[in-house]
Amino acid sequence: MNDNGVNEMSKRLRAVLEPMKDAGLKRDLWPDVLRKMDQRGARVPWFDWVLMAGLGAAVLLFPRLLPALLYHL
Amino acid sequence: MELLERFSAGDLDAFEVLFRQHQAEVYRWVLRIVRSPAAAEDLTVEAFWRAYRAHAHFEAKGNWGAWLRRIATNAALDHLRRERPESELPANLAAAPLPDGAVQNETRSQIRKALAELPARLRIVAVLALIEEEPHARIAAALGISEGAVKLRLFRGVRLLRKKLERMGVRP
Repeated sequence: MNDNGVNEMSKRLRAVLEPMKDAGLKRDLWPDVLRKMDQRGARVPWFDWVLMAGLGAAVLLFPRLLPALLYHL
Repeated sequence: MELLERFSAGDLDAFEVLFRQHQAEVYRWVLRIVRSPAAAEDLTVEAFWRAYRAHAHFEAKGNWGAWLRRIATNAALDHLRRERPESELPANLAAAPLPDGAVQNETRSQIRKALAELPARLRIVAVLALIEEEPHARIAAALGISEGAVKLRLFRGVRLLRKKLERMGVRP
């Protein structure tokens, strides 16, 4: 494989898929960024759910832990 | 305080100013990689969201544009990895209709399919270097690799493309 092979493939591809250089953005994306930041910010991390599940299981298996847990809240 | 320092400290107003300065440029760059306006819009939003999330890692004296382009390129690369390999690359948006027969249309479709089947890290280099004719140095900076590595990926991509096209019965 040499540069000729690369150039030849470039010509073949450009005959099928033209460069996209002139395409411009049609709308302002700032509202989308703000929406995404709000959505991701409100999401509860997975390890919080794991912790909650662990606490729930502990209370079910050992109900006597409940007063101690409530005391520490 | 300078704009980039304010951004680095997490100032949302500074981020908005930077966003407005760079959104069109990031969109154009990502569009060249994914070749779909809808996906390019989503990935532009994703790139800026990732940039804001990582604001504390940005050094205020650094090159914001280059840093952002690298984030956008990684987002586009993640998108290419998630795409189903059997789906063809979107056909050219601006291409003028060519006087092709059915056989030639079939060949075009096979070439698009072969390109879409390349592994994402080879495909991104092939699209940027072979179709968009971006300089190797710019591709290397965007991917965070050396120019030598870009050249290597390009040769591997072309070799794989030739093999795929030969297997499909497409001759030069």
